[in-house]
Amino acid sequence: MNLGISATEFASQAKEGAISVEEFVAKTLDRIKKVDEKIHAFITVDSQNVLDQAKAIDKKIKSKEKTGICFGMPLSIKDNICTVGLKTTCASKMLENFVAPYDATVVSRLKSEDAIIIGKVNLDEFAMGSTTEFSYFGPTKNPWNTEYVPGGSSGGSGASVAALECLASLGSDTGGSVRSPASFCSVVGLKPTYGLISRYGLVSYANSIEQVGPVAKTVEDVAFLLNIISGHDPHDNTTVNNGRVDYVKDLKAGISGKKIGIISQMVGDGIDKEVASATTRAILKLQDLGAECIPISLDAVDHSVAAYYTIASAEASSNLSRYDNLRYGFDFSTEGYEFKAFVSKARSNFGPEVTRRMLLGAFVLSAGYYGKYYLKAQKVRTMIKAQLDEAFRKVDYLISPTMPILPFKVGEKIDDPLKLYLTDINTVTANLSGIPAISVPFSMSSSGLPIGIQLFANSFQEKELLQAAHALQETSKLPEVPL
Amino acid sequence: MTKIGLEIHCQLTKLASKLFCSCKAEYRNLEPNSNICPVCAGLPGSLPMLNKKAVEKATMISLALGCNIPEKIGFFRKNYFYPDLPKNFQITQYNAYGPTSIGSDGKIEIEGKEIRIRRIQLEEDPGRLVYEGTSEKTMVTLVDYNRAGTPLVEIVTEPDFENPKQVRVFLNVLADLVENIGVSDPYLEGAMRVDGNISEGDGNRVEIKNVGSFRDVEKALHFEITRQQSLVERGITVLAETRHWDDARRITVSSRSKEEEQDYRYLPEADIPIVLIGNKSIEQIKTQMPESIVARRDRYIKKYGMPTQVADVLSSDKFYSDLFDKSHNEKNAKEVSNIITTDLMGFADTREKKLELKITPKHISDLADSILENKLTRNSGKLALQEMVKTGKVLSDVISSLDLGHVSDAGSIEKIIDEVFKEEEKAVAEAKQNPDTINYLVGKVMRKTKGKADPATTLDILRKKLSV
Repeated sequence: MNLGISATEFASQAKEGAISVEEFVAKTLDRIKKVDEKIHAFITVDSQNVLDQAKAIDKKIKSKEKTGICFGMPLSIKDNICTVGLKTTCASKMLENFVAPYDATVVSRLKSEDAIIIGKVNLDEFAMGSTTEFSYFGPTKNPWNTEYVPGGSSGGSGASVAALECLASLGSDTGGSVRSPASFCSVVGLKPTYGLISRYGLVSYANSIEQVGPVAKTVEDVAFLLNIISGHDPHDNTTVNNGRVDYVKDLKAGISGKKIGIISQMVGDGIDKEVASATTRAILKLQDLGAECIPISLDAVDHSVAAYYTIASAEASSNLSRYDNLRYGFDFSTEGYEFKAFVSKARSNFGPEVTRRMLLGAFVLSAGYYGKYYLKAQKVRTMIKAQLDEAFRKVDYLISPTMPILPFKVGEKIDDPLKLYLTDINTVTANLSGIPAISVPFSMSSSGLPIGIQLFANSFQEKELLQAAHALQETSKLPEVPL
Repeated sequence: MTKIGLEIHCQLTKLASKLFCSCKAEYRNLEPNSNICPVCAGLPGSLPMLNKKAVEKATMISLALGCNIPEKIGFFRKNYFYPDLPKNFQITQYNAYGPTSIGSDGKIEIEGKEIRIRRIQLEEDPGRLVYEGTSEKTMVTLVDYNRAGTPLVEIVTEPDFENPKQVRVFLNVLADLVENIGVSDPYLEGAMRVDGNISEGDGNRVEIKNVGSFRDVEKALHFEITRQQSLVERGITVLAETRHWDDARRITVSSRSKEEEQDYRYLPEADIPIVLIGNKSIEQIKTQMPESIVARRDRYIKKYGMPTQVADVLSSDKFYSDLFDKSHNEKNAKEVSNIITTDLMGFADTREKKLELKITPKHISDLADSILENKLTRNSGKLALQEMVKTGKVLSDVISSLDLGHVSDAGSIEKIIDEVFKEEEKAVAEAKQNPDTINYLVGKVMRKTKGKADPATTLDILRKKLSV
């Protein structure tokens, strides 16, 4: 039994009875047992219940009962997405013992299609970071080389899929958090249009820009998951009705005759040489497939990282203020504390990156600074959106490397927040503007580290975006993970 | 000159659910922390869903107070740490970056004086803190989140009041107004809460918080005016500060100055997209609004010739004016209004008593007709009313069970008059001399008949017998 098959392949085999779901899940648990001590993708593994669930699904399939289209595929869920019965820690001491009394909408939709949630995966605390090093439970390692970071903040999602510990995963993307680990771990990661997927049950970090996003081995798997989790949710005011688009259908439509803009600001200075050359090769491949590629300049991108950290930190400072340990959290007696002292003491248990962003956010929102920072950042956002609208009048897609650099070593940049922030330069644009972007595994560096290519499309053009991504993925044959 | 401004928090108690979730808006008398869900308890991952009805009701209040309603409204987060605030921010509205609150720049006339409304905003109520224990050392603070998320409008006036009496009149009018629109029951405990701000001359502004009832608002303002004036007289500067009304000592007490330095770090609430209001929906909401108190008062005066005072009293009380509108007809309107304003309002002058009334429009209507048709005297009518509100029985049953039937046949009345003449020889003599004292004898007849004798017939016979 091959754990390396795609999620859609699994579903079709399980449906035919060619695969025993129970066996597959048991084997997946074994795999986790074997490899997770090396990569530490999981925070919680639900080894207690998943086999029973698998058995029940096998029974349904055998007795030809109506079975959900996931047919028991084991999925991992980033630990900032709420799941009944499994802790949702956000990789923070502040939620060390938090078990949500409800499922996130994305989780309940997957469950109702008979997906199996095999466990909860690691992230930077509250999704703040791009390496998964800022987890209260310790860093996740890159399955391609465990000395390297897996990207982040959905590092657990990227690593668990790449290491064959699950068939696919849900991450969340606030400034690149799905696409960065997808790129560093050689898997596919989609940041959908803001409003396409419900955020109900996704623990907010920067709620005006983040989305849940699927992480999988293939573009087809991403399309399959998107069919299930997208669309209007009565629990989330910001979701839209997408008319139940079928993202899997016509996935192989190709990109002949399409126009692709190469974002000048994302392929020039500061880009790793191997990344730059991979990007060029990707462009050539797309041209071979009949697409026309032209350079596009988006000069607002130069301000995007500053705007992103201003907005994200501002929202974080407000979103995370509820963690005062009064209603839920970790063991900490209120005895002997006056309210304010208790709250300060409890809140001193956030990690360094979260603390940094909450402080920064509180600062940019304080009286007298709002206009200087927050409003200015919002103007950059408007500017980026306007430039993108202009660009999409000329082209169907935009392209860039997902990450400007190759995966780096664990600990290498952790003491230099600014350097780390700058690695988000290619990803934050999609969050600030709301448009969809996908990272497709494309190449390997000479040192054996993955390189991903990012494609963007206009808002709610996921169907077209996935068609291009599929075409690009088909152009390369990548090695198997050496783990 | 004294300048007083108000901030009134008025809960939209007539809504079924909270502002951002489906928990009950009516949180009173429930087991603590039983009326909560992931949303109003602010659990990680939960998102607010805006209650559209609350927007409608807040729009009605804004319209009734003559406010401008913007085309788009938005919500902001007001960030501060307090145990009654599950998210440690309150979702509210904020106009510092352009008018996005449900109402602004309104006005209302109170006894000929115009009070300007600065803004009206829709927001969520926090939970409630409950203190247990007696001494400082044993005191335990408990939190009940049942109230958290209850829809609230905050109404902020300009400092246009000159004295506490104007404030009291305004608050009464406002309470009648929200009750009349059907958005709130202002007499429920905690449904309408008032903070004030006062300054003397060019002096500093002092905020007063924690005032429990309307009556105390007036008292707190009086106290504060006296305090500020006596400071001024002694040449002491009034500090800009927040003071709390100490209910037990009946004085205002300075709060810690920290509160004023609080920076709320307002931030747009991205979880609730901008809401388009637009002229079309405003027009539609207007059609749903009930007749205003002023319009109703004018109708009463014009159509039924009610005295201004009666029309005032009746129109400003939603309960009684609804009862009037349901029970009167062309003929008996005036009698109905009399029954309601002189008798019924006397029996049931509090909210609790009103709720206990077992009265229906038919009761009132029948009663008025019986009086007009001379079947009942006004006095008997009052007795019958008293019985009907207690028991809910129909008028005819009440009349027979209490034996209230009108005695109007001359023969029976004459017999009683004869009895009275025997008992009251002195009064009879006096009446012959001085016909003005005849009313004493009428009274005696009434007492003997328990108010059933027709007063006009009685007087006629008396006059005849006394030849006056």
